[in-house]
Amino acid sequence: MPSWEYAPAPESRAIANLKPNYRMFLDGEFVEGGGEPLKSINPATEEVLAEVSTAGSADVDKAVKAAQRAQDKVWGRMPGAERAKYIFRVARLIAERARELAVLESLDNGKPIRESRDVDVPTASAHFFYHAGWADKLDHAGYGPDPRPLGVAGQVIPWNFPLLMAAWKIAPALACGNTVVLKPAETTPLTALVLAEIIQQAELPPGVVNILPGAGEVGAAVVGHPGVRKVAFTGSTDVGKSIQRSLAGTGKKLTLELGGKAANIVFDDAPLDQAVEGIVNGIFFNQGHVCCAGSRLLVQESVAEELLDKLHKRVATLRVGDPLDKNTDVGAINSRAQLTKIQELVASGEAEGAKRWTSPCPVPDKGFFFAPTVFADVSQAMRIAREEIFGPVLSVLTFRTPDEAVAKANNTPYGLSAGIWTEKGSRILWMADKLRAGVVWANTFNRFDPTAPFGGYQESGFGREGGRAGLEAYLDV
Amino acid sequence: MPETKTSPAADTGPPPAFADAVRDETSLRRFLHGLPGVDAVGVEQRAAGLATRSIKKASKLWAIDMAISMVDLTTLEGADTAGKVRSLCAKGRRPDPDAPEVPRVAAICVYPDMAATAVAELAGTGVGVASVATAFPSGRSSLAVKLADTAYAVEAGATEIDMVIDRGAFLSGRYGQVFDEIQQVKAACGDAHLKVILETGELATYDNVRRASWLGLLAGGDFIKTSTGKVSPAATLPVTHVMLQAVHDWHATTGELRGVKPAGGIRTTKDAIRYLVAVREVAGERWLDPRLFRFGASSLLNDLLMQRRTQLQGHYSGPDYVTVD
Amino acid sequence: MSDRISVAKTYKLYLGGAFPRSESGRTYPVADAKGKFLANAAQASRKDLREAVVAARGAFKKWSGATAYNRGQVLYRVAEVLEGRREQFIAEVAASEGVAAKRAQALVDTAIDRWVWYAGWTDKLATVLGAANPVAGPYFSFSVPEPTGVVGVLAPQRSSLLGLVSVLAPVLATGSTAVVVGSQDRPLPAITLSEVLATSDVPGGVVNLLTGHTAELAPWLASHADVNALDLTGAHAEQRKGLEEAAAGTVKRVLRTPLEEPDWAERPDIGRLRAVLETKTVWHPTGV
Repeated sequence: MPSWEYAPAPESRAIANLKPNYRMFLDGEFVEGGGEPLKSINPATEEVLAEVSTAGSADVDKAVKAAQRAQDKVWGRMPGAERAKYIFRVARLIAERARELAVLESLDNGKPIRESRDVDVPTASAHFFYHAGWADKLDHAGYGPDPRPLGVAGQVIPWNFPLLMAAWKIAPALACGNTVVLKPAETTPLTALVLAEIIQQAELPPGVVNILPGAGEVGAAVVGHPGVRKVAFTGSTDVGKSIQRSLAGTGKKLTLELGGKAANIVFDDAPLDQAVEGIVNGIFFNQGHVCCAGSRLLVQESVAEELLDKLHKRVATLRVGDPLDKNTDVGAINSRAQLTKIQELVASGEAEGAKRWTSPCPVPDKGFFFAPTVFADVSQAMRIAREEIFGPVLSVLTFRTPDEAVAKANNTPYGLSAGIWTEKGSRILWMADKLRAGVVWANTFNRFDPTAPFGGYQESGFGREGGRAGLEAYLDV
Repeated sequence: MPETKTSPAADTGPPPAFADAVRDETSLRRFLHGLPGVDAVGVEQRAAGLATRSIKKASKLWAIDMAISMVDLTTLEGADTAGKVRSLCAKGRRPDPDAPEVPRVAAICVYPDMAATAVAELAGTGVGVASVATAFPSGRSSLAVKLADTAYAVEAGATEIDMVIDRGAFLSGRYGQVFDEIQQVKAACGDAHLKVILETGELATYDNVRRASWLGLLAGGDFIKTSTGKVSPAATLPVTHVMLQAVHDWHATTGELRGVKPAGGIRTTKDAIRYLVAVREVAGERWLDPRLFRFGASSLLNDLLMQRRTQLQGHYSGPDYVTVD
Repeated sequence: MSDRISVAKTYKLYLGGAFPRSESGRTYPVADAKGKFLANAAQASRKDLREAVVAARGAFKKWSGATAYNRGQVLYRVAEVLEGRREQFIAEVAASEGVAAKRAQALVDTAIDRWVWYAGWTDKLATVLGAANPVAGPYFSFSVPEPTGVVGVLAPQRSSLLGLVSVLAPVLATGSTAVVVGSQDRPLPAITLSEVLATSDVPGGVVNLLTGHTAELAPWLASHADVNALDLTGAHAEQRKGLEEAAAGTVKRVLRTPLEEPDWAERPDIGRLRAVLETKTVWHPTGV
């Protein structure tokens, strides 16, 4: 019997309306920046997608001043109900251009179209929709009768969810009456600039949102600008620490959403097949480029063998390849630098004696790809159990008792997320209470919603995004 | 073709790995309740996720032909007549008169009194005759009647028996009774293959579907089948996932290959392909075989044929270009 | 008129529920507002601070794990004992802050009332700050506030009791534990407060109170990797930036306050509670 291979089912890249050049968005206009233009690369093919102008330091200053003007004169004074309508428009426009944004996101980031289409873009739209409704209800949010905006928010976002992170940052800032200067990640600036187009189409007043592409120094200039009163950063813990350090003494309000090394804990009474799905989703969703990825699997010893067996079989079915193919499960690693980092950590895992298993799936010759990998026999002392790999690499450890599971799960300076798999309700609640993590998923993993606050404990950052709690970051309270 | 061991002998009982599980009622209950739970949201999500697979071009054509060859073309109506059954058999032998290369269906599925008609019609064609039995669809009769019903169909020449389990007994926890009944029907089947209909729409939870699947496998069913088609909901993707997982796990432990048959409500090619994707990715590629996976359906066949034409002709086809039987 | 010689009190540190001297053996003289010698206070060292953090971490599990009702009762009990020492506090506040008896009395009364106010918050925080999140999917998602852990508190330099109570009580109400560096020049009410804590039902280690030189201790507190949050209220102006930088090393939550102490008598909002709370969001599918 011949085997059944799925024919390629690529989404057309023409839908992305890719342009050869993208310019930064400043004071309501698309303009050339003073910085050296960057070339955004398709990580799946290593071809240049577009040239993108970047901000020089004068541009940062202009953008912050434009944002200040817009905040003082228009946005900050506008009744919340009016702000809301603008933000609702953005939500709708994202939904209308969803397919274009999804394809563009997959091209620029390397994530599978299935994910950009089903997760990133709809959730981005949902974030604007949710926060729009808050704009005229802030007096009911529990921060006093008339909570005030902070002013200009300087926001720096990562490359793993380029559009979604922009939405997470911009939507609450605008709803609370702040204006924004946002720097998208160097390797993934395109969808944020299409979002700028949407913001223009929604006729937001000039200066309310400014988007300045560039590398780290642009981000540093944005967060360091004296006109910025609020800084929001999502990215690595190292950069987060340096931002926190750099803001010392400035009085700027800061929220950080940083790295993680989440434990996904499977008990022997878990719904095993769904646990396998949750483990797969937890670490291979978005190529593992997820700060809250379930990168440490903690399995109760009595089911470890059975679970690993099931896991290997399941992981072997993951299809790695062209991000635009609708049947691709795992796309491209976002950059060569990230690929190198993953390879280096995987090598350390092997050197330290962990047992490596890598999916036998075919992997494209071109582009940045890494086959899903599972390390067994991992101990807490190994680098792959402690450092954030940010790639499709799972470390498996075992435990014998709930106390041991908690102790191992919490044995990290991070504290972003955790997973629990058990059919026993009281154990779920006990574990959820004991785990030091901002988000605990029980019998599920990697769920996100604008109504559910998200953010970390300890070195995974502070401040929350989403829900009523997320508003605090953008209010002078 | 893979070597398939699909017909466990009734008198030898389950494989050694599960001998303890069926020692007595208590062990059986302990075994079934010791199976890992099924998280409803998780399995539904996985099913919905797999349903987004986009099957195009050659892989779609392959899937259509595979699906046709897996159809148990079914008529289970009070109004069934010999004429109706004969025309259905003709359709099953040669689904598309314009395209002889179209594979024949797997079987024609009828009531026991129509089995003889179908057997005569299909002699030498390789198309099986499946007969429902055991007081189908409700299963509400005595064991003697059920066994007689089975024997009647087998004597008429049915090669496959689709029995229903006693859902009342199952839901009230009398697993041993359900087990014994399946075993006895299996014995009555002789060489005929036994499909055990769980009627998942009445079992209400995925946990029950998993337990009933294992019960059916332990008792010697060659196939586990979702539904009679007379109860809504009939086959669903997530239920089929749970059952595919069960035959996969059964094989992993025993080395035996058992089949799955979703039945009822699968009407379109799109639906059928989603099931095949589930077969491939949940159970495994070797289940893409009419001996291990069937569709219980009637109108599905014509949609498959229409889509097949569309694939080959490059334009959309219409219902007037496939035969109505 | 009695000519009895009073028994002078030795002021010590409060550490893990005990009252040790500084391991360094150091003390420093404390004077009243007019410069008259009041007492020698222990001058805590960085090693004392290290021990304090160990004690606070050790006490965290039990204190944060206590029911909110229990924590509320324990804190209310503190207010009861404070009330019993009212006269002593009035005298110490008057001496330390150089205010008239009537003013000192008002400050002490407000401090006791403030403590009661925060005691009542323990079992309301989750209601007010928590949420059932109406997520778009078959899940139940809820968010609850949780204590951040060990909080380093640089107590106000001027307001020796009311200010201290205003920064310490919210930390305890959330379930966090505290390492407090008391007012450098006005430490006596703080030490007396620690005696109150020791004789009410607050478990040892939940509050650790160090007296000494703020500038010497603060950097060790700010950089300590096992401290989760830092309250800069009593930090010196010229040190604040450096302390924030040090706190960034382990991503501490930093409560930055204006250099000028507020009027502590003003009714607080819940900002100080929020400052030492994390939000934990839990998800579970809903299905049969």
